[in-house]
Amino acid sequence: MRLTLHVWRQRNGRAEGQFVKYDMPNASEDMSFLEMLDVLNEGLVAQGQDPVAFDHDCREGICGMCGFVINGVPHGPERGTTACQLHMRKFKDGDELWIEPWRASAFPVLKDLSVNRSAFDRIIQAGGFISVHTGSAPDGNALPIAKEASDRAMDAAQCIGCGACVAACPNASASLFTAAKIGHLGLLPQGQPERDRRAVSMVERMNAEGFGHCSNLGECEAACPKEISIEFIARMNRDYLGGAFSQRPAGARIED
Amino acid sequence: MQLDARIPAGPIEKKWESHRFGMKLVNPANKRKYTVLVVGTGLAGASAAASLAELGYNVKAFCFQDSPRRAHSIAAQGGINAAKNYQNDGDSIYRLFYDTVKGGDYRAREANVYRLAENSVNIIDQCVAQGVPFAREYGGVLANRSFGGAQVSRTFYARGQTGQQLLIGAYQGLERQIGLGKVEMHARTELLDVVVVDGVARGIVTRNLVSGKIESFVGDAVVLCTGGYGNVFFLSTNAKGCNTTAIWRAHKKGALFANPCYTQIHPTCIPVSGDYQSKLTLMSESLRNDGRVWVPKAGGDKRSPDQIPEGDRDYYLERRYPSFGNLVPRDVASRAAKAVCDEGRGVGPGGLGVYLDFADAIKRLGANTVAERYGNLFQMYERITGENPYKVPMRIYPAVHYTMGGLWVDYNLMSNVPGLFVAGEANFSDHGANRLGASALMQGLSDGYFILPYTLGNYLAGVKPGSIDTQHAAVKDAEAEVGERTKKMLSLKGKRTVDSFHRELGKIIWDECGMARNRKGLEGAIERVRTLRDQFWTDAHVTGSGDEVNKELEKAGRVADFFELGELMCRDALAREESAGGHFREEYQTPEGEAQRDDENFCYTSAWQWKSDAEPQGLVKEPLTFDYVKPTQRSYK
Ligand SMILES: Cc1cc2nc3c(=O)[nH]c(=O)nc-3n(C[C@H](O)[C@H](O)[C@H](O)COP(=O)(O)OP(=O)(O)OC[C@H]3O[C@@H](n4cnc5c(N)ncnc54)[C@H](O)[C@@H]3O)c2cc1C
Ligand code: FES
Repeated sequence: MRLTLHVWRQRNGRAEGQFVKYDMPNASEDMSFLEMLDVLNEGLVAQGQDPVAFDHDCREGICGMCGFVINGVPHGPERGTTACQLHMRKFKDGDELWIEPWRASAFPVLKDLSVNRSAFDRIIQAGGFISVHTGSAPDGNALPIAKEASDRAMDAAQCIGCGACVAACPNASASLFTAAKIGHLGLLPQGQPERDRRAVSMVERMNAEGFGHCSNLGECEAACPKEISIEFIARMNRDYLGGAFSQRPAGARIED
Repeated sequence: MQLDARIPAGPIEKKWESHRFGMKLVNPANKRKYTVLVVGTGLAGASAAASLAELGYNVKAFCFQDSPRRAHSIAAQGGINAAKNYQNDGDSIYRLFYDTVKGGDYRAREANVYRLAENSVNIIDQCVAQGVPFAREYGGVLANRSFGGAQVSRTFYARGQTGQQLLIGAYQGLERQIGLGKVEMHARTELLDVVVVDGVARGIVTRNLVSGKIESFVGDAVVLCTGGYGNVFFLSTNAKGCNTTAIWRAHKKGALFANPCYTQIHPTCIPVSGDYQSKLTLMSESLRNDGRVWVPKAGGDKRSPDQIPEGDRDYYLERRYPSFGNLVPRDVASRAAKAVCDEGRGVGPGGLGVYLDFADAIKRLGANTVAERYGNLFQMYERITGENPYKVPMRIYPAVHYTMGGLWVDYNLMSNVPGLFVAGEANFSDHGANRLGASALMQGLSDGYFILPYTLGNYLAGVKPGSIDTQHAAVKDAEAEVGERTKKMLSLKGKRTVDSFHRELGKIIWDECGMARNRKGLEGAIERVRTLRDQFWTDAHVTGSGDEVNKELEKAGRVADFFELGELMCRDALAREESAGGHFREEYQTPEGEAQRDDENFCYTSAWQWKSDAEPQGLVKEPLTFDYVKPTQRSYK
């Protein structure tokens, strides 16, 4: 199939960017979207031109490294699918594709389609863990956990941290990402002792990183390649409120 | 050169315990004076960095992705082994030890494997405590499944995303230490050289992948947890960024490279579909629990699978290996698939595929149960191939998956270069000539959580902290070398893309040093790889500059090292005149076509020592002794 691509080109975080038009005369329907970009890049390099920079690693939809917006939709048109798992059979001959990076002030562009998502790591640092030292754990079966709770925790734990939720949200909120972690740990008995302070610290860190507020539009759930439910956001809000009332001065860090 | 594996004396079940007791300890108040550089934050590196920081050491950690959460470990699907015997089916530490030594075709060190089996039970406890949502039974206890090469059910899993959940657990522990200021994390940073001062590893040279800045870090020990080198084949199930650069640079600075030819070809991957293909996708081996592998009995049978009656199908694994059936170890399953395809009985485009059929499982268990076990894998298969595996059997073919070889380490996980430790897939330990499924995650976490925190402490207790800085001449020399090399690559301005070289290299290694090898092919491959490498250094085109995001430059550096490694793999395969595990020399097979070991002459680990660019590496042998598991011809019949 023949495609026309408009790709966002931006040399670095300080430079201006713009869409550049490329002709893609020979895309095969069995290619993944990233393989199609590989072919574009091979052609650019052969002509001595700078290839399009995009992040990727596993190409199996699990590392969360890839991600950009295709025709206005994060990761493109197929629901529950990352850009690396999106295959060209979802497009048709003659399609025109606009490809651009995640747009959010908390995710500055590094080059072309590649952005800096380190704010997500800092949200995890604020409390996205269970404080347990290596070597101090009881037997794995000492604490039975209902299958339903464990399965539900897994639904949230599947988050790959790609940032599509932020890119999809008109407010660039990171609520779905943060809520997924609060939900994963808060649904398990091991996560209870720190549940309140976790919610408070993580939400405050999220706000401090410059992500916007959640106004319950649900765009994040629709864009999430792991289809994580926005019910977790409601749960996060409850945990946050509960925590904010019962907790130590807001913003204090979890120390060991 | 003599290699000392430093295996503790005493009976095997006491070695680790008594060794730990004999170790020197660092006074808690002194720990923060020691700096440890942990390169790689996959399962091995993240667990090591977090655990060392908890102990009080000052840790600096590095990875090339934008976050430690994205290391290749994240892609592991099937599960992690542990000798918990929760199923009461006869499992024990000894049995896991036995299975692993046998599965590795008697080419691993017994003492290491036993310790791995011992640690396996603690790993599960640790991960549960961190909140890893392992699969559970309705009664609330942990669930298990079986995996290839074992007759007990000892594999723990989290849907088809076990690696993801284990890595997220380790990552969270690491982020906690970063938040506490005990680990300084450098993401999007690639190691380009190791600094060795007076024979001791003291630092690393890195490139910042955003700014391009070449920078050095020094410490009292360097730990490489940089994963496997399967991408030498270009097409593999590894993530695109997996590379050999870190361990190859260390090799060139004196660390011995052990068993480079032992690569694992995984039997259940989605077959190649076109020239543009950038990687291969694994379908977890756990599928072999419920899927049945078959091809048509007759060559050239072009009927669609539902038109082929039972009587015309050959369930060749069940036929050839009645007691293990579809669960034979990977090397055996892969070679059997190659054999039926070589006979012209392969299915799908090009005849390079076999069926993995779930029809019986769906009949027996219902589509819902099958979906619960494998749903996400089935979805992934459908996305990639456009076919629905609930209706049409999957097509699979072997692909490169894991590298058992890596830097040589002693029992303490230290290489022959003092101060240079190597953990996870990057070292050669524990799996011998073939790794059993669900054992890599176990090894990575055993190394990082339960071995390095002890053995590294013992090493540090014997050295004076902080005795060099980044102004040291050896650091400056290494930096200059890295700068030169980068400049040279950028100035080539030839006609071919880096990827085109990589593909060509991969094809040579796959054809001649893949599932089957022979003398003539290997000798030819060595010559061809050398020629290709020379062409690369004149005819490659690396666009852009060194002081910006430059993915072509990153690739070029990695491919340049793959050429040298590829050559060494062929040399190692040539020197090993026997078949063992994943190393199948056509000249050495039993009448039934199984791997034929030669214990009299080859019962050793091959460790290769770098000499110079002008002469080939020298071979150093570490003899292997088997006091507990007596080597026999492996049989899964
Ligand atoms: C598709 C797939 C499925 C698998 N499934 C299973 C399974 O079910 N069970 C099982 O036991 N095993 C499985 N394995 C194997 C297992 O996942 C790996 O062997 C294991 O995760 C390796 O972990 P690691 O920590 O050693 O390395 P990795 O996870 O590969 O981490 C390497 C780290 O090193 C860093 N790094 C690499 N090079 C450099 C450099 N030059 N400079 C700086 N940093 C660098 C990377 O950024 C990364 O952080 C699977 C493998 C694959 C490919
Ligand atoms: S590259 Fe890993 S999720 Fe797409």
